[in-house]
Amino acid sequence: MKPDAAIVIVGAGHAGVRAAHTLRAEGWMGKLILLCAEPDMPYERPPLSKTVLLNEKSMEECRLFDLTWYRDNEIDLRLGATASQIRRAEQTVVLDDGSSIQYHRLLLATGAAARRLLIPGATLPGVQYLRSGADALCLKERFGTPKRVVVIGGGFIGLEVAASAISRGCEVTVIELGQRLLQRAVPAPVATRLEAKHRDAGVDLRLGTGVDEIVGREQVEAVVLANGERVECDIVVVGVGAVPRVELAEAAGLDIENGIVVDETLRTSDPAIFAAGDAVSFPHRHFGRRIRLESWKNAEDQGAIVARNMLGKSETYSEVPWFWSDQYNLTIQVAGIPALGTTVVQREVSADATLYFDLDADGVIVGASGVGTGTAVGRDIRIAQMLIARRACPAPERLADPTCKLKLLLQMEAA
Amino acid sequence: MTTELEWIQACNAGDIDEEDVLRFDHNEQTYAIYHLRNGFFASDGWCTHERAHLADGLVLGDQIECPMHLGRFDIKTGDPLNPPVCKKLQLHPVKLQDGQVLIGLSAAGQS
Repeated sequence: MKPDAAIVIVGAGHAGVRAAHTLRAEGWMGKLILLCAEPDMPYERPPLSKTVLLNEKSMEECRLFDLTWYRDNEIDLRLGATASQIRRAEQTVVLDDGSSIQYHRLLLATGAAARRLLIPGATLPGVQYLRSGADALCLKERFGTPKRVVVIGGGFIGLEVAASAISRGCEVTVIELGQRLLQRAVPAPVATRLEAKHRDAGVDLRLGTGVDEIVGREQVEAVVLANGERVECDIVVVGVGAVPRVELAEAAGLDIENGIVVDETLRTSDPAIFAAGDAVSFPHRHFGRRIRLESWKNAEDQGAIVARNMLGKSETYSEVPWFWSDQYNLTIQVAGIPALGTTVVQREVSADATLYFDLDADGVIVGASGVGTGTAVGRDIRIAQMLIARRACPAPERLADPTCKLKLLLQMEAA
Repeated sequence: MTTELEWIQACNAGDIDEEDVLRFDHNEQTYAIYHLRNGFFASDGWCTHERAHLADGLVLGDQIECPMHLGRFDIKTGDPLNPPVCKKLQLHPVKLQDGQVLIGLSAAGQS
């Protein structure tokens, strides 16, 4: 290896920054260049739809590290730097200003972008997405004077935005194509509880209906539903999912399949190039299939693992997925892949907290969801995650019995 | 400087299973009381990262894992063990007396 060899990271979201952090912690002494397309210091994304919109947290408070940390660790953080091309034969990355950087190892942590709505009027001023810190600041400002807000999409982002907007005094309508909220993400009873919570808070939920058109002369004035109904509004927030940002990898001829294709060690089809986070499709050994995850935990774990693998280790990634969503005083946590289950077992933990376990046809636990106030379900979902990892087949009556400790079931598995 | 400790009764020893944790609120502060294989321990109740009750988390051996982002602390030293937690957890002395778990808090106020 040349003494001036550099590791270049494209993307300074959670995975990219965690990788930089881990590379230094693991003793990488060479150059370390972190390309951040956004003009702002790298930040954590989970608060954007929650505490930032609620005006409880500033973007400065969301920073992953302060500037001193990058300096002290000799991480060459380049803000506003976009990679436009990878020349694999020369091992260089070309930036949009025409300059190029030679890499010894390259990490693509390009993340995901908000899926764009392709209906008439979707480009009118007042139609907003929520992905970046700049998006969040813009929405936060607009929620400052109470507005009529239409949220298109009843997924996690849409629902978190709805909860924040109504808490700030806006009138909120959520329009969801599915017959219920979070169709593939959580079992029906979790969705029912969330629906009730949003309706109690005053959100007008319209399920089973699409949006045909967004209308307005100079700016958004209303959305027109599939049944012809008009919902007057000042802002439209679109939350219809995210798409992996694969353009750079694709143009470089790397394999793509619903994301940048990597092996179990997060290496792409080019041995000098790795990828991690929302943008990658990786083989998940536990579930025996290729998956792509859009979650904080995945970015956190993969960022650390990919860093060690770039330094020559070959750690594989097969953590059971885990994520959370906060809406009002409720937290929803999900472990595993509930959609793989055929039976749902309910467990009433308390008057406030309920868990749902998903068992497959063989009785193996494959998913778990919990809903409750604050962190009421955190511990149980974490144990469920471990049960899933061990392919446990706990007796349904035990799972359903709140007096039977989940930790005990775990110990029984281990025995 | 020595600070005077005030011993506050937090719970009965039998209230916490081994390798488990209990929340204890006192004077508008929240604490976590742990029962490990080799005794009782106590710390501040909030995670040092974000506002989450550590007592809602999972005890794994001598570690407590925050229920919000799964950051872990060493219960015996307060050391943060993995990201995203990076600030040390404030511990408090504990003693057992007649089957009661007492937590030692500085009389001047809490950390």
